[in-house]
Amino acid sequence: MSDAMIARIQQALIDTLSMVGISAGIALLAGIPLALFLVLSAPGGIVAAPLLHRVLSAIVNGFRATPFIVLLVALLPLTRLLTGTTIGVWAAIVPLSISATPFFARIAEVSLREVDAGLIEAAQAMGCRRRHIIRHVLLPEALPGLVGGFTVTLVTMIGASAMAGAVGAGGLGDLAIRYGYQRFDTTLMLVVIVILVALVSIVQFAGDLAVRRLRAR
Amino acid sequence: MSDLSLPLTRAGFATVPAPPAGRDAVRAVRDAHSSAPRRAGSVRFEGIGKTYRSAAGEVRALGGIDIDIPEGSIFGIIGRSGAGKSSLLRLVNRLEEPTEGRVLVDGQDIAAFDANALVAFRRRVGMVFQHFNLLSAKTVWENVALPLKVAGAPRVELHRRVAEVLALVGLEGKEASYPSRLSGGQKQRVGIARALVSGPEVLLCDEATSALDPETTLQILRLLKDINHRLRLTVILITHEMSVIREICDRVLVLDRGEVAETGSVWQVFGNPRHAATQALLEPLVRSLPDDLAVRLSAEPAGRAEALIELRYAGVAEPDLADLGRRFPDGLRLLDASLDRIDGHSQGRLLVAARLGGGSLDIEASPDTQAKVLGYV
Repeated sequence: MSDAMIARIQQALIDTLSMVGISAGIALLAGIPLALFLVLSAPGGIVAAPLLHRVLSAIVNGFRATPFIVLLVALLPLTRLLTGTTIGVWAAIVPLSISATPFFARIAEVSLREVDAGLIEAAQAMGCRRRHIIRHVLLPEALPGLVGGFTVTLVTMIGASAMAGAVGAGGLGDLAIRYGYQRFDTTLMLVVIVILVALVSIVQFAGDLAVRRLRAR
Repeated sequence: MSDLSLPLTRAGFATVPAPPAGRDAVRAVRDAHSSAPRRAGSVRFEGIGKTYRSAAGEVRALGGIDIDIPEGSIFGIIGRSGAGKSSLLRLVNRLEEPTEGRVLVDGQDIAAFDANALVAFRRRVGMVFQHFNLLSAKTVWENVALPLKVAGAPRVELHRRVAEVLALVGLEGKEASYPSRLSGGQKQRVGIARALVSGPEVLLCDEATSALDPETTLQILRLLKDINHRLRLTVILITHEMSVIREICDRVLVLDRGEVAETGSVWQVFGNPRHAATQALLEPLVRSLPDDLAVRLSAEPAGRAEALIELRYAGVAEPDLADLGRRFPDGLRLLDASLDRIDGHSQGRLLVAARLGGGSLDIEASPDTQAKVLGYV
């Protein structure tokens, strides 16, 4: 394998890591509040707002139903508005985070909803306000599930980032398609696959370890 | 543990000259001071009714409940599942709201509290749960400290209080454990410590011992009685087991299908159960005839048969064994006995086999004592 190719792989790895890393950070910061709101506003929740809940839920479903490659193109005007460009790593980060946020929010919502209602009741009985319940009960009690859900989100995003080539953002997936598939470079294809498998394994292993540690308490 | 009673009294907590750490702390301190000479911990239900409305229709859970729970008492609410006891208990700290009537705590209508006042009020009412409801992500210490932490209590005060209540419930040395490492009894002790840490006037126990084994149940009940005695707080507990009521309660309310079946002091209600619901709840406590006697029992005396006599006691009369001996000089054997002493009153039954001189039973029936010939063996 030539030096140029090795350099390409390095650049692609950096692109993938930055795209997925930054988008995952955004999905985490936006997804948790969204999940909290979905749980709290649900009928019977502590900030019950059934109508708003239904609207938000429908929007989340809309984004979840749209295939990422379609979202990537459909969001181009928004991407241009936010980043000033429609090509490159930043242009991929916008649709990646917008796709990952509802995905993660739904998984986080399930973990949050599974927190025993008795715990919330106990917190209310001891004089906790809503913010106390969120901070001391909902988030810490759901933490293992949130970490597990975030792991799944990361792995899914690594997969989705392969389509970033459509907006010229590069990354490992794009490299595999352009050189491995279109130019029949089987060696490169295999190298990229090994790197992707390693990446996913590391993420999954770290996530599982964290969940195990949290559950062992 | 003996010298802990003083600092743990409510007055001891309320008068701490603590620099308030936030709005909540200001409120907590103010609330503790403003109501100095009040009746602390009395609860009154006035014409309470509760109807749940759902798509499936209306369900009337509670109706026509008027009850006065004096401060400092241990008040038991008993009923079968679905009788509405849980709903009734949860009205006291407004986890549920009545659809009719009002709840007065220390003479104050609790429905009048706005969100802030409700938070402050709930810090005056502790609650203990059947399934403990401890936070699994927090240690014992953090669980117990949480009510004070969210109230904005100063650090030093918080540490002192948590140490005090943990000592009171006998959990010293378990501060750093997570709830999952504790036994059921220990978990409930954490629950009790958490409920007491804010220095409440009322302690609500929602089937607090129903998930525990009999021995642990007894320990927890004794702890509750001890706490009631030391801290002079009102304990309201709900249960479906008469044995719990018998163990610690002063007064009992029997709830049947959302209405008051019977209420009064425990020995009265137990000794002379008038309502079918009370009798049904007492059933497990009243031992039926032992199997071997039931088989041999015949309705008519035959040959040298003895009379099987059931003596029931319910009240101030204590079984006078010498007197019984005099009445049956030809022979008297005790076959089975279950007698409890509740609040100075005898309650229970003796089963004796007696040879009747002349074939007549001459025990005088009194309101306290009833004698009945069940048959002959």
